Amino acid sequence: MHLGVEEPIRECQYNQICTHNSSPMDTPHIKKKKNKRKWQVFPGRNRFYCNGRIMMAKQTGVFYLTMVLILVTSGLFFAFDCPFLASNLTPAIPAIGGVLFVFVMGMLLRASFSDPGVLPRATPEEAADIERQIDANNGPSGPGYRPPPRTREVLINGQTVKLKYCFTCKIFRPPRASHCSLCDNCVDRFDHHCPWVGNCVGRRNYRFFYLFILSLSFLTIFIFAFVITHVILRSNRTGFLSALKDSPASVLEVVVCFFSVWSIVGLSGFHTYLISSNQTTNEDIKGSWSSKRGKGNYNPYSYGNFITNCCAALCGPLPPSLIDRRGFIQPDTPQPATQTNGTSACPPNQVQSHMVVCLHLTNQTRLFLSPPPQKFLFCYWLSLKIQFVFICIALLQCRLFQSSLT
Amino acid sequence: MAETHSLQDLRQAAVASKVFVQRDYTSGTICKFQTKFPAELESRIDKVQFEETIQTLNNLYAEAEKLGGRSYLEGCLACLTAYTIFLCMETHYEKVLKKIAKFIQEQNEKIYAPLGLLLTDPIERGLRVVEITIFEDRSIGSR
Repeated sequence: MHLGVEEPIRECQYNQICTHNSSPMDTPHIKKKKNKRKWQVFPGRNRFYCNGRIMMAKQTGVFYLTMVLILVTSGLFFAFDCPFLASNLTPAIPAIGGVLFVFVMGMLLRASFSDPGVLPRATPEEAADIERQIDANNGPSGPGYRPPPRTREVLINGQTVKLKYCFTCKIFRPPRASHCSLCDNCVDRFDHHCPWVGNCVGRRNYRFFYLFILSLSFLTIFIFAFVITHVILRSNRTGFLSALKDSPASVLEVVVCFFSVWSIVGLSGFHTYLISSNQTTNEDIKGSWSSKRGKGNYNPYSYGNFITNCCAALCGPLPPSLIDRRGFIQPDTPQPATQTNGTSACPPNQVQSHMVVCLHLTNQTRLFLSPPPQKFLFCYWLSLKIQFVFICIALLQCRLFQSSLT
Repeated sequence: MAETHSLQDLRQAAVASKVFVQRDYTSGTICKFQTKFPAELESRIDKVQFEETIQTLNNLYAEAEKLGGRSYLEGCLACLTAYTIFLCMETHYEKVLKKIAKFIQEQNEKIYAPLGLLLTDPIERGLRVVEITIFEDRSIGSR
């Protein structure tokens, strides 16, 4: 009876709400929230474009410089040198140049825009489960006691490999994975963070990066050789100085190609060595598999012969992206552990971000200031330094040349 | 009232706990999960059945990552077409992942859901773990 009295009153209240509400929607509070895509809540420091299809690092300035250098040099070659070469030598030259250029750009964009192999962060339940396992292994700790470093040892093909715990991603990193401080992600088979490409180089885009630098070496040598040929052929007819005056763009192309060929070819050679021995740049710099570390130290990931290593790196199966950028967030899906979920045992996040900024600056300046110990890298570092200085001189000379012409 | 549950019933049931089967890196970086039987599942499922599921999963992942004539051919063809061929066709890995998703759904429907368990596809956890959700089973009487 009591209920029967209440119900009509409730109905009246419901009707009153309906009449006040002018919109025809019957459940406005549910449909208000639009389903977000996973890239919009991605915890790393990446930039996404085209609704999550393109993924890059946060700093992309140097990538645009790479694009400009390649586009301008190639553009000048096709516009000023190719007509002469096509008519006087063979039209195959611009054709081959065109194919090389398209391949270089394709590989660059593929290396820059794809997911390098980012490992998604642990869900809260996973993180809690790992913490429980670590606490069980280490035993109870009192307040103020610093816990031992979180590592797990694993025997891979006879070599003991240490798996480190990532405090940011709350996972034990798989072997060969590393945390990129610039992108703030753990990347599988982390090679290095390449500012020229504007992205990390990891498992999923290493082959594109390698093919990019290899094809760019060929393109640079190709342009250099044929611009020199063009200038020589012209100077045979009209003299050297007038040949330079007729095609001033050739001077710029020669300068850019001459000073970039050393570092690009050097880098291609270095990465060919890495691929043939199945190592990453990270492992080579640290000397992880160097015989200097110990007599029985060898690379457990190598397939034994360099052909299999090369085939595996370049033609092996391409793993799919693990982060599902364009998927929609399901309301009941557990969200990954964010940076704010730091425990007392973890280093504070302000210190981490400060370290990241310092690391970023030191990454940029490190290569220019302190020479690395390994031979290959030392040559690459030296050529980079020389190239940087000479490009500045070359640009200055171009400006002086331009002003003398006008 | 029945002891067994269907997949739909599980969605309304309460989650008691989750068990995580970690990766096994002893063979290198290939995707492989530990076949060690978790203690929490002792009362729920047969050890042999569980190991068979994980072993089949491992075999499927090994098939996806296998280096052989087929993968090399696919890689070379993709390189020659500047990787544009993947706009029209799926990679071998993606095809096997679909197979794995189907396998997990079948296992859930036939074996795990009736026992109050649910396997989560490892790809949804970044191929880090096989997450097994244990649901509260009022009819059996938990613990």
